[in-house]
Amino acid sequence: MQDDSETSDREPTTASGSDERAEASHAPVTFNRRGIRAGLLTCVPVAVGVAGYGVAFGVLASQVGLSVAEAALMSALVVAGASQIIAVELWADPIPVTAIVVTTFAINLRYSLMGAALQPWFRRLSAPQAYGSLFLMADENWALTMRDFRAGNRRGAFLLGSGIAIWLFWVGSTVVGALAGETIGDPAQYGFDFVLAAVFVALAAELWEGRSTLLPWVVSLGTAITAAEFLPGRWYILLGGFAAALLEVIRHDR
Amino acid sequence: MIGESVLALEPIVVGVILAMAVVTYATKTGGLWLVNRIEVSDRLEAGLSVLPGAIVIAILGPELAAGGPAEWGAAGLVLIVMWRTESILLALGTGVAAVVLLRGLF
Repeated sequence: MQDDSETSDREPTTASGSDERAEASHAPVTFNRRGIRAGLLTCVPVAVGVAGYGVAFGVLASQVGLSVAEAALMSALVVAGASQIIAVELWADPIPVTAIVVTTFAINLRYSLMGAALQPWFRRLSAPQAYGSLFLMADENWALTMRDFRAGNRRGAFLLGSGIAIWLFWVGSTVVGALAGETIGDPAQYGFDFVLAAVFVALAAELWEGRSTLLPWVVSLGTAITAAEFLPGRWYILLGGFAAALLEVIRHDR
Repeated sequence: MIGESVLALEPIVVGVILAMAVVTYATKTGGLWLVNRIEVSDRLEAGLSVLPGAIVIAILGPELAAGGPAEWGAAGLVLIVMWRTESILLALGTGVAAVVLLRGLF
């Protein structure tokens, strides 16, 4: 769980924010088995939480008529929990293909922001390393990776390693949920529906950086709650993130 | 029990899954692809740096707002356990157990 044994890639952290940014742009970024291992081990507890959500997805998928193989294939290839659950909610006969694909795109647009946020480190990697790793990017392992980078580490393979942990648990738990689909009643009965919220509360606790974080978070929260009221789908996630980033860009050298 | 239906792959369903996979991969790579092609100023980088927390909050806010006392109480417990133990697994376990118990109460 703790990655303290992986100290060789760790670089001294600096006190000031501008030094940290300069360091981020010039220090080398590694991409090796050690980084994969660190990411995988760090992410296992989170992946266990994701598995609770995967079981819920599997159950939902089997209830709308997807076979176990189809549910597993979706988890293996799409690797984006929220959009998969919403796609399954939209599922009907005949399948509303356009609605499902467009909604998936909209829900997952937030990944563009998240991928862009990795750029100070990922531009140091080769294209296959960077774009290959991004296939396995999910909310949870992205947040863990950002935390690792910001702690001063330069392990470029951390996203891939943590993504492998997520992928294994996500696909495995989907199969379990889909197989159990007919026998399990309501996933909420076991609290599975709360797993995702709990994961994000835990991540928020880790991403808190003190009082400078407060204003962007308040702006994001207010924007997201307002947008969730008036807009369909999960546009509010994108808008909340954008609003906070915009605030930061405006107040950068006020 | 485990028969052919478990392994069934309908072409149209596989097609929808592939389309979902393609658009999702496009969103995952699109942001990095774009910022690799434009000059990123300190100012833009400052904006990008608040994204992790801001997106987590944007996902969480409406979800918790739509919940009730059981979800809020359980979320508070997750926060306390994270703060005290820094163990994600312990925090998640506590949260899920708490939400089941609290839903029984409320």
